[in-house]
Amino acid sequence: MHISGLIDNFGPLTMTGLAQGAIYALFALGYTLVYGVLRLINFAHSEVFMMGTFAALQTWGVLGLNPNSPAPTFGRMLGFLAAGLVAAIIASGLTALAVELVAYRPLRRRNAPPLAFLITAIGASLTISEGIGVITKHNLHGGPTLIKEEPVLTIGNTAISNLQLLLILLALVMMFFLDRFINKTRLGRGVRAVAQNSDSAALMGVNKNRVISLVFLLGGLMAGVAAVMYMLKIGDTRYDTGFTLGIEAFTAAVLGGIGNLRGALLGGLLLGVVENYGAGLFGTQWHTVVAFVLLVGILLFRPTGLLGESLGRARA
Amino acid sequence: MRQGLARAFGGVAIAALLVGAAACNSSNKTTTGGASSGSTCGYKIAYFGALTGSSANLGVNIEQGAELAVVQYNAKHGKDCITMQKFDSQGDPAVAPGLARSLVTDAKIIGVVGPPFSGESEAADPIFNDAGIPTITPSATRVSLSTHGWKIFHRAVANDGSQGPAAAAYIKNVLKADKVFVGDDQSAYGAGLADAVKGALGSAVVVGTDKTSADGRQPGNDFSGFVQKVIASGATALFYGGYYQNAGLIRKQLTAKGWKGTLVAGDGVDDPGFAAAAGNDAAAGSYVSCPCSPASKAGGSFVADYKAQWNTDAGTYSDVAYDAANMFLKGLDAGNTTPDKMNTFLSTIQYTGVANTYKFTSVGELDPTYIKVWMFKFGADGKPVPDQEAPKS
Amino acid sequence: MTTTGTEHASAPGREDAYQHRGLKRLTGRIAARMDRLRRWYRGLPWPQRALVLLLVAVAAYLLPYVGDIPLIGPQIVTVHTDWPSALFRMSYFVLLALGLNVVVGYAGLLDLGYVGFFAVGAYTVALLTSPDSVFGTKWVWLAAVPVAVAVAMVSGLILGWPTLRLRGDYLAIVTLGFAEIIRITADSTPGFLRGDRGFGGIPHPPGRNSDGTALFGVRDATPYFWLGLSVVILVILAVRNLDHSRVGRSWLAVREDEEAAEIMGVRTVKFKLWAFAIGAFVGGLGGVMFAGYQGFMNSSAFVLQFSILILAGVVMGGAGNMPGAILGGALVSYIPDRLTGINDPLFHNDLAQWRFLIFGVAIIVIMVFRPQGLIPSRRRAMELKDRAKEVAP
Repeated sequence: MHISGLIDNFGPLTMTGLAQGAIYALFALGYTLVYGVLRLINFAHSEVFMMGTFAALQTWGVLGLNPNSPAPTFGRMLGFLAAGLVAAIIASGLTALAVELVAYRPLRRRNAPPLAFLITAIGASLTISEGIGVITKHNLHGGPTLIKEEPVLTIGNTAISNLQLLLILLALVMMFFLDRFINKTRLGRGVRAVAQNSDSAALMGVNKNRVISLVFLLGGLMAGVAAVMYMLKIGDTRYDTGFTLGIEAFTAAVLGGIGNLRGALLGGLLLGVVENYGAGLFGTQWHTVVAFVLLVGILLFRPTGLLGESLGRARA
Repeated sequence: MRQGLARAFGGVAIAALLVGAAACNSSNKTTTGGASSGSTCGYKIAYFGALTGSSANLGVNIEQGAELAVVQYNAKHGKDCITMQKFDSQGDPAVAPGLARSLVTDAKIIGVVGPPFSGESEAADPIFNDAGIPTITPSATRVSLSTHGWKIFHRAVANDGSQGPAAAAYIKNVLKADKVFVGDDQSAYGAGLADAVKGALGSAVVVGTDKTSADGRQPGNDFSGFVQKVIASGATALFYGGYYQNAGLIRKQLTAKGWKGTLVAGDGVDDPGFAAAAGNDAAAGSYVSCPCSPASKAGGSFVADYKAQWNTDAGTYSDVAYDAANMFLKGLDAGNTTPDKMNTFLSTIQYTGVANTYKFTSVGELDPTYIKVWMFKFGADGKPVPDQEAPKS
Repeated sequence: MTTTGTEHASAPGREDAYQHRGLKRLTGRIAARMDRLRRWYRGLPWPQRALVLLLVAVAAYLLPYVGDIPLIGPQIVTVHTDWPSALFRMSYFVLLALGLNVVVGYAGLLDLGYVGFFAVGAYTVALLTSPDSVFGTKWVWLAAVPVAVAVAMVSGLILGWPTLRLRGDYLAIVTLGFAEIIRITADSTPGFLRGDRGFGGIPHPPGRNSDGTALFGVRDATPYFWLGLSVVILVILAVRNLDHSRVGRSWLAVREDEEAAEIMGVRTVKFKLWAFAIGAFVGGLGGVMFAGYQGFMNSSAFVLQFSILILAGVVMGGAGNMPGAILGGALVSYIPDRLTGINDPLFHNDLAQWRFLIFGVAIIVIMVFRPQGLIPSRRRAMELKDRAKEVAP
């Protein structure tokens, strides 16, 4: 136990944790949205994320930015970033819709038991990841460096970098827009209605299938942004990139209260930070264990997560 | 009721058929081996190891090196004289035993080139030992492999007990780094090598240690905790025991955080895949050790022959695998056409191949006089080029 | 009245692939045939039922010789993996599927980390028997078996006790965490659980052949398969008795509606713990056999994907009944093994690379066309029909 390691590096560890947590948060939104509406753990969401990373990678390659190019100037960087975001969002959104259509809708139509959904999700996850695996020969694909990380602010011994600020900002902005969408728009009301009681919502005239597709699309959108954030931060991707990250994101969603949008944000940021503290304290290899111990601890005291489940309620 | 009874009788009949087939055909399981005792044709050399999977590059390099030897032999002795039989273990110790068992049932196989990874060696070598089929591994460097008393085990390279101190000596004396951080991926290979380096460097030089997860298991491939520790320790050099994917990711993330030190690693990172993962700019200037001599220094026309056969440059250990296969072929030429005789042949062999001269100790290790460890440096184009031979201790 | 299992209220005039009449007819016909078989079986008086079961058991023991049946034999046996090894692998997969069936199928507790119990059993055996172990006790395999199974049961109770308050999906993530914690602890305690380096030299089960050689040797996996099969049969008998008793009925009540069961006086806490303990017992048993067979094990054998695979097998086969779990477990092991060593006609790559892709597609197809599983329990089939009627348009 290196307590000095934790105290000396408290600032940098917090910043790294927040940046990491930002990615978890957006990734977790997909899980939490689908669970809130369908009561289903969308195992295939990790592949939605992975498709986003590859889409961004390919787009940048096509536009001439490959792993060995120098970091672009500010203007060009913004252009690349926008292109990557669009590509990732489209890829992730389409993948999410495809999964819903092929794997879940037929089961929904005959009201299959929840276990069946889980297993189909696993099948969809395996199919997509292994499909990409066969195409990429299970190799790691390096990505370009878009943003050269530089310290922008310094508080004490903590240097806050431009990338970290960007990631946290992106997460907060996307969260804000999603929150407003769910709470203030008509479509969002439909989502909340279906989350609360899908049959009554259908009786009230809400098109259930369309709402469900919308929910998957939203989750995919968030995952696409998370994918680009991931490519900015880590820059490499593989066919199974989604898997381990997905487990972490799902843990974050459960931590914050699965089905609760703000819970996903809180859970993600908290998980990122606590994991880094744990890594500083015990060593990098324990950081997943720290995450799960945190989860069990919180669930013991609050069995429905920190903020509880509440997509259906007015206060999302 | 009668219908049920009839079906029951049918079941008995089927069972009887099975038993009958088994009794009649079970004797076919054992095959007497070998072609006519005078000729050397009709035998097989097996490659057992990863051909697919995440570290497949290393396995493919070895398989192609060995197969080149077979191709050249066949050119002289007749097409299809010797067959190269491939067994893809995917580098997985769980798959290895079943595959090894099916390998040993083939009586035509007189030797195995491989397994290339230490984990699958642990799982498969007991089976080869029981069957008496000699193996020459061109790359499995875990020290403990030669301590199990396997009479069929032969290692054509130095083990981590030599590679580690050589790399440490290089860091201390050539790179002149006085603050070194040592990390590993907790794999059998990586942790073993890192421990050897740590021991050789001494506690005065090692300013910090940390461990990561293995290739593909690090959540989100995020090494920020590890990177944080390296930077905070003030180290000017990092030794990482592990494979090329993790090493590449770590190097990339270190560069992103502005760390200007040098990355040194073992033979598991000696692959262009490292530069592919890190980006050529970040990878340039990194060093890797290898208990092998550079392929470009390989004797004869090996380099050109390999390129002509496979349309790609020879990789790490390709030349050693070539020599290993040739040792088996030489044994065949000397009339050792059974695995037992081949094993005896190998125990007294002194063979000069393209990569090295080989002589095995009584436990199957390479004779210490022939051990060489080389350091390679990654250039600006992402390819490792030989730098110099590492000091012996 | 035959049940087709796929009737549902569809909006008139809407056709999509899953309602395609041809496919529906095909799956309907297969399902009808299977259901007819089941009803015939249940209609038999018990002596004839016992005879049928006996014949099935005898046929199972003769499986290692299936390759000798002319024509269809070679189509069934695995190509690159030794067939008895593949059979043994199927046997411990089936064992695990049976254990998981108790937890998920009978008691309705979603366990995503079942491999954890498998790991506990295997590691206990390794710690007690391997010369690499820090305990240094070096017992024989048989002596370690009861201890390992007991430790696994205790771990099941330890996992179960704090998580009983959690609802289904939360339980899933916590059990997942449990398995991951075990694997990471194994990786990160090189002195105790030895991570990737693993334990070698684990002794095999005892026994001598008539000619003095070991019964459970290294090269022939057939005795292991017979041992595994015997254990499976014993577990089937034990679990079946449990299921037909008060314990089984309580599980059913807990699965259907936990609160109602509690109100009716069923001690849900006690029976949920029972389910975990029995599941852990069977899982530990699987681990014990795996350790005795493999002789070497490391942490890469206990990855999360393994848990998910077993769960998929149980549900695909038909959760909640034993024939379903057996079929599912066997398929999940057999299909990837069968695909290894075959080259696809297009790219001449070993199909092994594609095996999980094919498997994933197979899962989706099976679940979409038959969500109650290949061999559904009668209760589930009725459940599905009722649920289908409740679908809102």
